[in-house]
Amino acid sequence: MSNVAVKGYAYCLNHVPELALHYGNTPYVERKTKGDSEFLKQLPGTLQRFDEALAYPANQAYIGGMDLNALEAHPQPWYAHRVEGASRFGKYGEIMPEDEFLGLLDMCDVFDLIWLEESFAARIREKLAAHPFMTPALLARLEKGHSPEEIRGEAEMHHALPLYFGEVPVGCVRQGHDVDECLEAYVLLENLACKAGGVLALLHLFKNAGIAPEDVDFVVECSEEAAGDMNQRGGGNFAKAVAEIAGCVNASGFDVRAFCAGPVNAMIAGASQVAAGARKNCVVLAGGAVPKLCMNSRDHVKKGLPSLEDCLGNFAVLLTPEDGVSPVMRLDALGKHTVAAGAAPQAITGALVWDPLQKLGLGFADVDKYAAELQIPEITVPAGAGNVPEANFKMIAALAVMKKQLEKAEMNEFVKQRGIPGFAHTQGHIPSGVPFVGHACDWINEGRIRRAMIIGKGSLFLARLTNLSDGASFLLEPPQAKKASVDSLTKEDVKALLLEALSDLAVSLGKREA
Amino acid sequence: MDLQNQQRVKDAAEKFGAENVVVVLGSSDAEGAEIYAETVTNGDPTYAGPLAGAPLGLAVYHVFEPEIRQEADEAAWEEQISMMEMVLDTEKLGQAVKNMREQYAKYPL
Repeated sequence: MSNVAVKGYAYCLNHVPELALHYGNTPYVERKTKGDSEFLKQLPGTLQRFDEALAYPANQAYIGGMDLNALEAHPQPWYAHRVEGASRFGKYGEIMPEDEFLGLLDMCDVFDLIWLEESFAARIREKLAAHPFMTPALLARLEKGHSPEEIRGEAEMHHALPLYFGEVPVGCVRQGHDVDECLEAYVLLENLACKAGGVLALLHLFKNAGIAPEDVDFVVECSEEAAGDMNQRGGGNFAKAVAEIAGCVNASGFDVRAFCAGPVNAMIAGASQVAAGARKNCVVLAGGAVPKLCMNSRDHVKKGLPSLEDCLGNFAVLLTPEDGVSPVMRLDALGKHTVAAGAAPQAITGALVWDPLQKLGLGFADVDKYAAELQIPEITVPAGAGNVPEANFKMIAALAVMKKQLEKAEMNEFVKQRGIPGFAHTQGHIPSGVPFVGHACDWINEGRIRRAMIIGKGSLFLARLTNLSDGASFLLEPPQAKKASVDSLTKEDVKALLLEALSDLAVSLGKREA
Repeated sequence: MDLQNQQRVKDAAEKFGAENVVVVLGSSDAEGAEIYAETVTNGDPTYAGPLAGAPLGLAVYHVFEPEIRQEADEAAWEEQISMMEMVLDTEKLGQAVKNMREQYAKYPL
């Protein structure tokens, strides 16, 4: 079996401007090193309100509240042309407000690391009780809360970090150890937020895929955070921790790491297990990255633009054996950026796009849509990183020209036809191809496209272990007609076949006697 | 330009002499290229890194500028860079770096 069904998908955002303001890495480091700088004074005024984040067109596209073609046609800049009547819930997931997310953080905390102020905890309990997926078991995990004095004391005496809502402290995240830097409050906040985002996406996936938590066999997590202590800095694992909270009692799991190439590699790791028959219902998921909030805000502030990096991104995808109905992920033509391939963009594009197509005897035009590095351009362009998705599509087009499959004059048309607009937050692993899986599967189901290529690229060199980058890719296609196999025959089927054969034999013998 | 790279450029200029160092940029964004070029000629404009207030005046070029392109091995160029020549606005990138070089560089090629 070389195909695996993509049975369901969920995409959520957590709108967390105050986590961004205090714990996004750029403002956090600025505050630590420079104190109350001019940049930090201006930053709060550039962050979006919840209703603005809901109405931001790219956010709606991410949660399935807006088609990508509609996003592309939407007037720009998107931050100045918001969507009227935008809903918190889209067909893939939701945009959760910050107060509820702080409550979810506490629900995902099993080591009493998150303390919420008691009146805030009571208010959030009421709000979360109205959430469609917060079960009584989950709500029971929300603590009763602590007094403001206790929370203040924890911050002043024990290095806890305050959590804010409405510009006032409403709780704190506590350190996990006195001297272990891997368990300091900041790291634990990062990890718990990533875990909570993964849980939220998984809860939506249950509904979207029509499965129960106990149906999940295995979870592969693919964020960029490291869970561990000072003796095993990245020991793991987020996958099982997420599965536990979401009630996946029959699941185990592991984490896959490859910077931004993590999700595509994780999809391949999950699908390979399904294809081998080792697991049946395999979920690939990731929560978001607190440090990447407000990452480019210095440039946004300098240019008087809104700081749009105020959302944690997360996703979950369910992979199952081929069912003849769901779009499939092909495993017989995967893109792999090998060690020897080299670091030049054309070597990478060749390995990830051209090599798998060649293996199947296909050309560049046989893929209707490509998806690689889907960062929202309004975030990256002012920061000097350019329109990242467009640059990727141009690279694919340029390679097609080099391979003599496209005329140079047709490059722009190729990019327009086969590219998609960037609609994912600059959350590292989140933009890398996988946000398009949901839209691509819908479009395949609707007959709008026949084939999509999902491409992930990761900057491994940031970890200072290698100068290499990494990449991986796979193709999504329509389901193939289900073929009857020996395994799928029931006892009744065999009986009916035997009776049919015996009856044929009797007729034939009767004829001979006559 | 990140702080580590600023330090590496500064170290190289000190070790080999500023007149013997040429910085070749590969930035894909003109605005970014301009800031990198400014950093290694007139000093770090953000005043955050080791090159803050250190106008090294180095010779700086974008890899797409003719002075560098003509030095490159034809086959290597074709294999490594030619695709990106089709993707990027090479003229704009080169011009951005040239502007800074003409204003601040003390040691042109």
